Amino acid sequence: METFVLNLLAATLRVATPLLLAALGEMLIERSGVLNLGIEGTMFFGAFVGFVVADHTGSLWLGFWAAVLSGVAAGVLMAFFSVSLGVNQHVSGLGITLLLGGMALFAFRLLYGGRSVPPSIEPFPQLSLFEGVPVLGVLFRQYLFTYIAFLVLVPLAWWLMYHTSFGLNVRAVGENPEAADAAGVDVFRIRYIALAIGGGLIAAGGAFLSLAQLGSFTHGVVSGRGWVALALVIFGNWDPLRVMVGSLIFGGTFALQLRLQAMGLNLPVPYETFLALPYLVTIAALIIAGRNATYPAALLKPYKRE
Amino acid sequence: MLAQRRLRLRIEKTGAPFWFRSLLPVLILILTFVITAIFVLWGKANPLQAYYYFLIAPLSSRVSALEVLVKSTPLLLTGVAVTFAFVAGYWNIGAEGQLYAGAIAAAWLGTVLGGLPSVLAIPLMLLGGFVAGALWALPPAWLRVRWSVDEVVTTLLLNSVMLFIVSALLNGPWRDPVSGWPQSPEIAASTMLPKIVPRSRLHLGFVVAVLAVVVLWFVLSRTAFGLKLRAVGLGRNAARFMGVPVERTVLTAALISGGVAGLAGTVEVAGIHFHLIEAISPGYGYTGIIIATLGALNAWGVAVSALFFGLIDTGAQTLSRAMGVPVYLGEVTQATMLLVALALIPLQRYRIRLLSESSEV
Repeated sequence: METFVLNLLAATLRVATPLLLAALGEMLIERSGVLNLGIEGTMFFGAFVGFVVADHTGSLWLGFWAAVLSGVAAGVLMAFFSVSLGVNQHVSGLGITLLLGGMALFAFRLLYGGRSVPPSIEPFPQLSLFEGVPVLGVLFRQYLFTYIAFLVLVPLAWWLMYHTSFGLNVRAVGENPEAADAAGVDVFRIRYIALAIGGGLIAAGGAFLSLAQLGSFTHGVVSGRGWVALALVIFGNWDPLRVMVGSLIFGGTFALQLRLQAMGLNLPVPYETFLALPYLVTIAALIIAGRNATYPAALLKPYKRE
Repeated sequence: MLAQRRLRLRIEKTGAPFWFRSLLPVLILILTFVITAIFVLWGKANPLQAYYYFLIAPLSSRVSALEVLVKSTPLLLTGVAVTFAFVAGYWNIGAEGQLYAGAIAAAWLGTVLGGLPSVLAIPLMLLGGFVAGALWALPPAWLRVRWSVDEVVTTLLLNSVMLFIVSALLNGPWRDPVSGWPQSPEIAASTMLPKIVPRSRLHLGFVVAVLAVVVLWFVLSRTAFGLKLRAVGLGRNAARFMGVPVERTVLTAALISGGVAGLAGTVEVAGIHFHLIEAISPGYGYTGIIIATLGALNAWGVAVSALFFGLIDTGAQTLSRAMGVPVYLGEVTQATMLLVALALIPLQRYRIRLLSESSEV
């Protein structure tokens, strides 16, 4: 029982990592007043770029940074549409998701052909900080990215958001761009930066899936995790700490589902019930949290200087 | 005295000239194909030859031209479905899941209505598909109007949930007992949609789709309900002030949207596959969003976009077979076209005027 719980907790952190990375990126973007529905495609494209570059160069890190760069590019593309042109954010974001999805599949097919067994690479190793120590040993056997996401990025995002002038500017631009502009903040520039950084984080979440968790790239590598991250941002009320809590709840439900499946229990319900459970829990959490959600006031509203 | 004439360009914020607005679709097409030519070249094919296979070859024979209409059928329906919701400002991104709800209903009704004659069974099945799609659209819509829960996220999440339901059905109770494949038992012959053109795959579902377009046109332009939809879409508060029952209107729009998306799944099962399979839709629900947008949320615009996207889907397959360019070029082209259109459509609002000023020196 103890190992079950420990393994579950360790798996929770692992599953939550890509969600947390993507959700932190999306949070920054939405705080600046842009809803980025390109998130799912950016994750997928990040997973693809990371895998292909790592496979061709033999360097996992090169793959990872190439993925981050592709996410920055995706963010800038979204910024071009939502900030510079000021077109509908729902539609342009979905368009970017569909474009990146199509591009990744197109390129993957060209590079690898239609193999029945997906090509694979040796993924990032897990780091054991407390090897041999009873409880901590299991809990702290994680990928480097998990440590970075939880121990570095969450505090960093919190500090950046609430204790730096950049964070203040992002929030100002997302709440009241007219006033921010009048105070001398470059609304367009801040939104571009938020989308670039956020896009990089989102793609890093995708790269985690292909380079650390799986060591391969498949059609279903992301399978809706971007949308879950989108929900976690609302659930977390655009606050880094609460977004982290949300990612742990989803991660926990998902990890539990995996364990129950692996145990091969003869359950009266199909195993897909457990697969769907995390999504339903997220919706339920959204209903509870979403009713008091305080959206950034300028979300979805393009800023036009007259 | 020398009069110097200086030419100056001025950008004015009035409607673009008529010739420009009518050329815009052509401009969008050209730019889209210039961009996607990069992918064709990468696929080691000659773009001009590729575009022949892509756009012209499908129309050059009767069989493949009818196939374009077959491919357009679900796209017409999801395009109409999305339009109903978007016009009312309800961002239903869940047409994909609602389509599968309709497909499930068709696979089930197709086996239980076998005893009825076609004239009864088929309308009942279409009705069932509509109701199933509407039911799957109900929770997010209700959460939206009751508790203002963001429908974008809930409809997206429910798409994932729906795929698990389909998988559970196909790997569980509905697994084909004969082949063991994850596909539901074949629907009864009397519930299969009849072919409307002999020796082709074009089925009654195409007529249903065309009717959906006509209904969309009629509702939006000829009924009080359509006026309410558009009023709510333009601004909820203003609509409320005008006495429009906003919540009820949004809810109705969402249910119609889900229902029509459900029909798309129903006609795919009853007209093409005759089984429920996981690959009923390669993302028709999402493509419907592109189609609705390119069609400017207008019935005829949606019809033209859907037919064109049917051509692209058919062409991508032809091209893939003929020249080995991956079939995903179709998706890339469709998404590129959307983004190019989004970038160029704002130009409609501006007019560039050449001013000649004469100044005395």
